[in-house]
Amino acid sequence: MTGVLSAYEAGAFFCEMIGLGGDTAEHTRGVRERLAGLDLAALQRRAEDAERELYNLGITFTVYSEKDAIDRILPFDVIPRVLSRADWAHLEAGVIQRVTALNLFLGDVYGAGHVLRDGIIPAELVLGNANYRPEMKGLKIAHGTYVSICGIDVVRDETGAFMVLEDNARTPSGVSYVIENRNMMLRAFPDLTSDIAIRPVDNYGPKLAEAMTAIAPAGIDDPSIVLLSPGTYNSAYFEHIFLAREMGVPLVEGRDLVVIDDRVWMKTTGGLARVDVIYRRINDDFLDPEAFRPDSTLGVPGLMRAYAKGNVALANAVGTGVCDDKAVYAYMPRIIRYYLGEDPILPNVQTNICREADALAYTLDHLTELVVKPVGEAGGYGITVGPKASKEELDLCRAQLIADPANYISQPTIQLSVCPTLVDGAVEPRHVDLRPFAITGDKTWVLPGGLSRVALRRGSLIVNSSQGGGSKDTWVLA
Amino acid sequence: MARLLARFAEEIFWLARYMERVENLARILDVNETFSRDARGSQNWLSIVQLHADEKRFFERHQAATPAAVIHYYVLDTENPTSIAASLKYARENARTLRPLISTEMWSHLNVFHGQVKALEPSDITRSQLSRLCSRIKESCQTHAGIVEGTFYRDEGWSFYNIGKMIERADQTTRLLDIKYHLLLPSESDVGSPLDISQWNAVLRSAAGYHAFRRVYPRGMDPGAVAGFLLFNLSFPRSFAGSAVAAEHSLTQMKSRYNLKGGNHALELFDEIRSALGTYTIEDVLRSGLHEFLDYMQRQLILVTDELGRDFFGHERAAELPPPAQVGQSQVQVSA
Repeated sequence: MTGVLSAYEAGAFFCEMIGLGGDTAEHTRGVRERLAGLDLAALQRRAEDAERELYNLGITFTVYSEKDAIDRILPFDVIPRVLSRADWAHLEAGVIQRVTALNLFLGDVYGAGHVLRDGIIPAELVLGNANYRPEMKGLKIAHGTYVSICGIDVVRDETGAFMVLEDNARTPSGVSYVIENRNMMLRAFPDLTSDIAIRPVDNYGPKLAEAMTAIAPAGIDDPSIVLLSPGTYNSAYFEHIFLAREMGVPLVEGRDLVVIDDRVWMKTTGGLARVDVIYRRINDDFLDPEAFRPDSTLGVPGLMRAYAKGNVALANAVGTGVCDDKAVYAYMPRIIRYYLGEDPILPNVQTNICREADALAYTLDHLTELVVKPVGEAGGYGITVGPKASKEELDLCRAQLIADPANYISQPTIQLSVCPTLVDGAVEPRHVDLRPFAITGDKTWVLPGGLSRVALRRGSLIVNSSQGGGSKDTWVLA
Repeated sequence: MARLLARFAEEIFWLARYMERVENLARILDVNETFSRDARGSQNWLSIVQLHADEKRFFERHQAATPAAVIHYYVLDTENPTSIAASLKYARENARTLRPLISTEMWSHLNVFHGQVKALEPSDITRSQLSRLCSRIKESCQTHAGIVEGTFYRDEGWSFYNIGKMIERADQTTRLLDIKYHLLLPSESDVGSPLDISQWNAVLRSAAGYHAFRRVYPRGMDPGAVAGFLLFNLSFPRSFAGSAVAAEHSLTQMKSRYNLKGGNHALELFDEIRSALGTYTIEDVLRSGLHEFLDYMQRQLILVTDELGRDFFGHERAAELPPPAQVGQSQVQVSA
């Protein structure tokens, strides 16, 4: 092999580009041949051009310090991650199955409560969950769609098998990067992308708008949809802009909305205008100071009253955070079997629930082999990766586990698959995950591919952007 | 199509004003640099401070209105809310908020332009480089105007953009005239006396009006003619009258096209402006006091902005307002 991959060694990991231990990934042959025709210096130059363009287009998140605001791009790696048609069919079916089960589970938890009475999952795990919202009890939700937008984090182990690492059922972010990364690749690497049939990703906006229309309050065929953002200081603000533009709907903040007589209105130049559906990118706690955190200035007073009356639809529904919980996650295979009578298409990573004595003992005994995660946190915070941790870190982790075992789960370290990645002028293997995005109105649709996040630090398994992660364009072959 | 969000209307109105302000400031600094190398040099630089009614703030930070101090204060100093750097920062912040409304090209150009200005160092604004820098800034503003013209969807937002741009332009012209006229006529007895022609050239050039003026007045140049041209000439795109009429026109059109109930008080104010322009000649104005006339016009424009704030941007009614110093002008308004 010549060109940019000539010196590439994937090591003991499953490689998305070359498969397992050699040249076995037939589906990437076309991409590899094209990469062989590029030299490293040229690739590096074009990668720099691409990053500059992302910066100029403002595809950035802003880091605020006391004096200044600094725009950062999510680092973008130009070597794509390619999924075969068969792998995608498997993933897509698995994601649809999982989202279906999540929605049935939420409908049950906030409805009849069979799953709790049947002992499928400990009731206190659900009812005592910080993200459980008793306000949702008995509320009717159109099509039973609590989770309209779902991001399911999937990893691949050293054999190449897919497994679910995490469910994001609140306000998963990152889809704007999927689409902008693709736009960037098509512009910057026409020679790499031409004559390869790649499933397009640019119909996400219309699909999202379609789902928002489907969940509108009864009797409203052409709903007035808005996207509710916490505002320009939010690190995902670019994505809020992006999605509002893609759907062609107003991007509002809490101060633009008002609730009068349990109906939601937005303040326009011509007075108040009705709002029927809100795609909100604000967490439950901040949504309505009357119902949740009274100090929230981001939300809309009275919104929950309007919601409870069925006068406005929210996506995602309130209270979906129960599913994001890493402890609830552990029960997902059983939840899927319970509602659907099927085995999970995508298995979980084996998970030890430290609130259970056996699991805690096992975790404490095998700390150096396990990844320990706090159950409530998002964004890769508070994770201890046993094999990589120092003695001090392990001691701290042990103390935390003993002090509050219910707050933790542990999982074996998965040797995540790798992708050839351009790092400091060389192409080296870096670990990746995948977050497919599923949209559900009256049925579920999955965006082909998803966000491939890449851990740019050598050997790192943590792909979160807040922890030095970047992203790659993800190709699903047609 | 959904109604325009009140907050967006205000942001787009001010985005246009900030960009117009940047262009005007670049013109003024450029011309001042070129035409201030005479005995009155330092006073010319001071006049830029006076133009913005910035004396208090400026002298808190600088001891004297030296060229270097004034240039720094108006180009780089983001603590000065009327500087080029600050105006661009606000414009870019507004544009970022407005991204769902404006074209990608508008945003991307403004984002890059802001980045270029933000990266300027004190060594980039020495007097020998100032003219080239001002040209670049002016051209970037003109590129912005071209992108807006060529890509901005024609809806309510477009109308508010135009109204903001024209109000700011009208305001800038009154300020330029107010300061320069009195600077160049040091005492009342000198009004109407022949003066240094190059200074009047500079005033016209600040407003990009020198050649247009020559087409109307092929020979000679006197302060009254220059002031009259900048105030009354409807064909000159930067004249006060031309800008005020354009703003009024945009407002009238917008009201009828989008069936908006608000804006009647603002239209009455424009009516008063037009009637004053139609009633008086430049000779009347000079006789009864140019400063008072310009001051009246500036106040009218501030009142228009207040009215737009109440009728369209969702500001509180006058009775519920804080003390007059902050009335209605939620963004950065140069005081009258």
